[in-house]
Amino acid sequence: MTNLVQGRTGEWEVVIGLEVHAQVSSQAKLFSGASASFGAGPNEHVSLVDAAMPGMLPVINRECVYQAIRTGLGLKAKINLVSIFDRKNYFYADLPQGYQISQFKDPIVGEGMLRIVLADGTTRDIGIERLHLEQDAGKSMHDQHPSKSYIDLNRTGVALMEIVSRPDMRSSAEAAAYVRKLRSILRYLGTCDGNMEEGSLRADVNVSVRRPGAPFGTRTETKNLNSLRFIQMAIDYEVARQIEILEDGGSIDQETRLFDTNTGTTRTMRSKEDAHDYRYFPDPDLLPLMVSQDEVDKLAAALPELPDQIRDRLIDDYGLSPYDAAVITEERATALYYEAASAGQDRKLVANWMTVELFGALNKGGKSLGQSPVTPENLAALVGLISDGTISGRIAKDVFADMFETGKAPDVIVAEKGLKQVSDSGAIETLIDDVMNANADKVAEYRGGKDKLFGFFVGQVMKASGGQANPGMVNDILRQKLDG
Amino acid sequence: MSDLLSLSAVEARAALDNKDISAVELTTAYLAAADETASLNNYVARTADQALTMAAESDKRIADGTAGLLEGVPIGVKDLFCTKGVASTACSRILDGFVPRYESTVTANLWAAGGVMLGKLNCDEFAMGSANETSAFGAAINPWQGPDKLDLVPGGSSGGSASAVAARSALMATGTDTGGSIRQPAAFCGVVGLKPTYGRCSRWGIVAFASSLDQAGPFTRTVADNALMMTAMASHDPKDSTSSAVPLQDLAAAVTAGVKGMKIGVPKEYVMDGMDSEVTALWQQGQAWLQAAGAELVEVSLPHTKYALPAYYIIAPAEASSNLARYDGVRYGSRVEADSLDGMYEATRAAGFGDEVQRRIMIGTYVLSAGYYDAYYLKAQKVRRLIKNDFDSVFETVDALITPATPTAAFPVGRKIDDPVTNFLNDVFTVPANLAGLPGMSVPAGLTKDGLPLGLQIVGKAFDEASLYRVGGVIEAAANFTTTPARMAGGAS
Amino acid sequence: MSVDKTTVAKIARLARIAVPDERQGPLADELNAILDWIAELDEVKTDHVEPLASVTGHALPMRDDVVNDGGCVDDVLANAPESASGFFVVPKVVE
Ligand SMILES: [Mg+2]
Ligand SMILES: [Zn+2]
Repeated sequence: MTNLVQGRTGEWEVVIGLEVHAQVSSQAKLFSGASASFGAGPNEHVSLVDAAMPGMLPVINRECVYQAIRTGLGLKAKINLVSIFDRKNYFYADLPQGYQISQFKDPIVGEGMLRIVLADGTTRDIGIERLHLEQDAGKSMHDQHPSKSYIDLNRTGVALMEIVSRPDMRSSAEAAAYVRKLRSILRYLGTCDGNMEEGSLRADVNVSVRRPGAPFGTRTETKNLNSLRFIQMAIDYEVARQIEILEDGGSIDQETRLFDTNTGTTRTMRSKEDAHDYRYFPDPDLLPLMVSQDEVDKLAAALPELPDQIRDRLIDDYGLSPYDAAVITEERATALYYEAASAGQDRKLVANWMTVELFGALNKGGKSLGQSPVTPENLAALVGLISDGTISGRIAKDVFADMFETGKAPDVIVAEKGLKQVSDSGAIETLIDDVMNANADKVAEYRGGKDKLFGFFVGQVMKASGGQANPGMVNDILRQKLDG
Repeated sequence: MSDLLSLSAVEARAALDNKDISAVELTTAYLAAADETASLNNYVARTADQALTMAAESDKRIADGTAGLLEGVPIGVKDLFCTKGVASTACSRILDGFVPRYESTVTANLWAAGGVMLGKLNCDEFAMGSANETSAFGAAINPWQGPDKLDLVPGGSSGGSASAVAARSALMATGTDTGGSIRQPAAFCGVVGLKPTYGRCSRWGIVAFASSLDQAGPFTRTVADNALMMTAMASHDPKDSTSSAVPLQDLAAAVTAGVKGMKIGVPKEYVMDGMDSEVTALWQQGQAWLQAAGAELVEVSLPHTKYALPAYYIIAPAEASSNLARYDGVRYGSRVEADSLDGMYEATRAAGFGDEVQRRIMIGTYVLSAGYYDAYYLKAQKVRRLIKNDFDSVFETVDALITPATPTAAFPVGRKIDDPVTNFLNDVFTVPANLAGLPGMSVPAGLTKDGLPLGLQIVGKAFDEASLYRVGGVIEAAANFTTTPARMAGGAS
Repeated sequence: MSVDKTTVAKIARLARIAVPDERQGPLADELNAILDWIAELDEVKTDHVEPLASVTGHALPMRDDVVNDGGCVDDVLANAPESASGFFVVPKVVE
């Protein structure tokens, strides 16, 4: 499908590239022994190194390096055995060193690829340009005081992975799918908790528009978007803004913009704008970062199964629809639940019950899968009861509701409420005879050719059985008796 | 007390262990010496109480036989080292009032070895200078004087350290050397100074000037004392990623090992116009001494020597412009208030940094800025590679190099220079070793006809300080440098 | 390549050092004196020469992922020109 946007003067193609900053899951910071965790009091998670006291020096955290490599492997990317840390020089209140230690020319991870699945089940491969390690900055608070800003350095020096995509996305929906998929991979790998509210995952979106087939237009970068919704809103706003400017004969300035979450609009960033000149140069306090192929291989061998691998298995081996497979594999927990619930059962039936009944009930109850009263074992048992004809699909819905309510096992509920399906032909024949005797006139009409009445008899018999009669048998015997 | 002051550190250690003298006596003598020579302005902070407490503890440890390598030895510390609870300012107004809550690794090593801290020594602001004239505390003075009795510079940047050791107001002193800041002042003041191999001494807790060049090192009156202090200073420090784990050699033994059979290179490019003929003569004298002691002298070529200085004046300011960005008035030091953040930065840094520091930050910022990086910074790094290659190839055939330490002897304080480049030339012979990360030692070897000290420099292979002490020991013995400066403590007596 | 007053102003801004107008001219001359002298490097042939950033032979040493620092707000704020309730305080920043 193409994503062209219709403007006043014709169609436009949207071009989107993302820079995602993902906080590395680690105990300590990238270059200091201070805690990387959230929620401490002001400047409590700050070492003298983070505060850039005179003579303090950085020493790198091995786990952060390994997390970056794991992520690179998860993105099927090239791992660079030698990479270099550079200083990005600029002055800002929450940047104590006066420079950010980052990787400019030689990042630890090179080109990779990420496959996104769109709502219609189609997939697109988005190129990854690079992943590099760098330090997070601190926080400036501007609302504590009329004429002052307050600085908290707790975030200063926390390890970030900056993951840069190619400009391969063509709509805000694709951008959102990309971030959702990247987040999913990071969480499978355990290299980033993906918590966008806390800011563990932030995106800078580079947006430009062009006439179909024309060269790239001038792009703007909107910084620090911390929710999928904001990412889509910011992109849609930028696309509309840029198209309007261009169609009015104007031109786009290459600039950094800020997203206003209240108005859903973007605006030029005033500060840090003037004379952008970061004067990158290799950090002389650090030496080239070297990892051995052997280390990389060990990390690769220990990698968990990733969503794409599981998804392919669900489609190829279990026959699930691409969409169901994508939904089930987005979160590792969901995939694990499904594997447990569907083992030895009708895989497709389990997928339906999970995505429709279970997710529906969880959403209504505002529960996460982890809090589900229905265990994988019990869902498996329920599907088992359907498959072996113990209960009908309709009864199963009632049983499920009960399971969700009480957390009881399905067989217990079926026994307690005597919901077991009646498949004894004698008992069914008696029910049918009673119904036919009670409706002799309708029997006559039917035999007179009004065979639409068949459904009526089925309904009556099922009603008489309290829904427990085996519908298949009811059909067969009824037909014999009526036609016979 | 002049007899106490005349003891070398090695002699003092023996006297302390024999209980001939006490650490408190020795320290008291040095505190008095610092008072007596206060006009040299080589101390910027004195820690008399702390010194006497540490000395008393040293006497206890000596008594119960747990004396360390430097037990009871009074030491002065260049103000570039952060010292816990003692103001540390790099002799800059911008660090006015800064009192670290931490101790640099090097000084911590010295105190752990039993050293006694006398105070903080004057230096060029942020170690940027070769005459100790850029210090916010004013110029330190060289205890030596010519016939005209003019105040002479002690050299720099570690001018206060060289001046104090020469004037006997410290038995030892720490210094740092980025382009010659230990070896050049050592030569100007007639003392022994070593710039170790890059990575030998931890940079943790030392105010950074140019991180890829900075090295801490010892100032002493004798080569043996220098080996003693260096042995205590050096360590592998996990807190400094550039610190090396290569084990230190037995330096004390090297001092008396002699040079028989050593191959010593004489780089033919170590000559320049404006160089005193006396310097050239002394250089030849030094070669003769080594030959007489059984070394083989070989002429070698370091073709890129003349490019070391300009390369250095790109690399060092570039790193400095970034290293000094943290002095912004936010977390420590002085602040000039303004109503915007940038206004505060600009006012604070304009008032806090002196002219030379501002000039170097500007140069460093310029050579790293967009469009100039390749032409300047990258070019300089390539030249740096060629200079290192020069040394690597000569060290395939020789064990050490002998060169002059400085092109001239000490010059008068306040000598007017309109061209900043002229000042840079002081470091012409010392800078190459920093660019290559090699160890270099300056040993006093003679006097000019005006009676001012001159030094010879020995440059060695990476992590082979031992060879420097072998050659240094021979030169010291041959030169028999016994003259003392006019303005020395106890000199009157 | 020689710097003029505008360049001096631009560098001073990048370096966050206030340079009064009357200093810009003289400073430009001082910087040019140094830059002219540095230009001597152009004589050196450096094509195919690897730039040298660090002389130490060894690779970057790595630390274990343990929290053994921080939790020292007093030490962090001890020298601050201005601080309040655990924060550093600076003139208002506009974004
Ligand atoms: Mg970005
Ligand atoms: Zn980034």
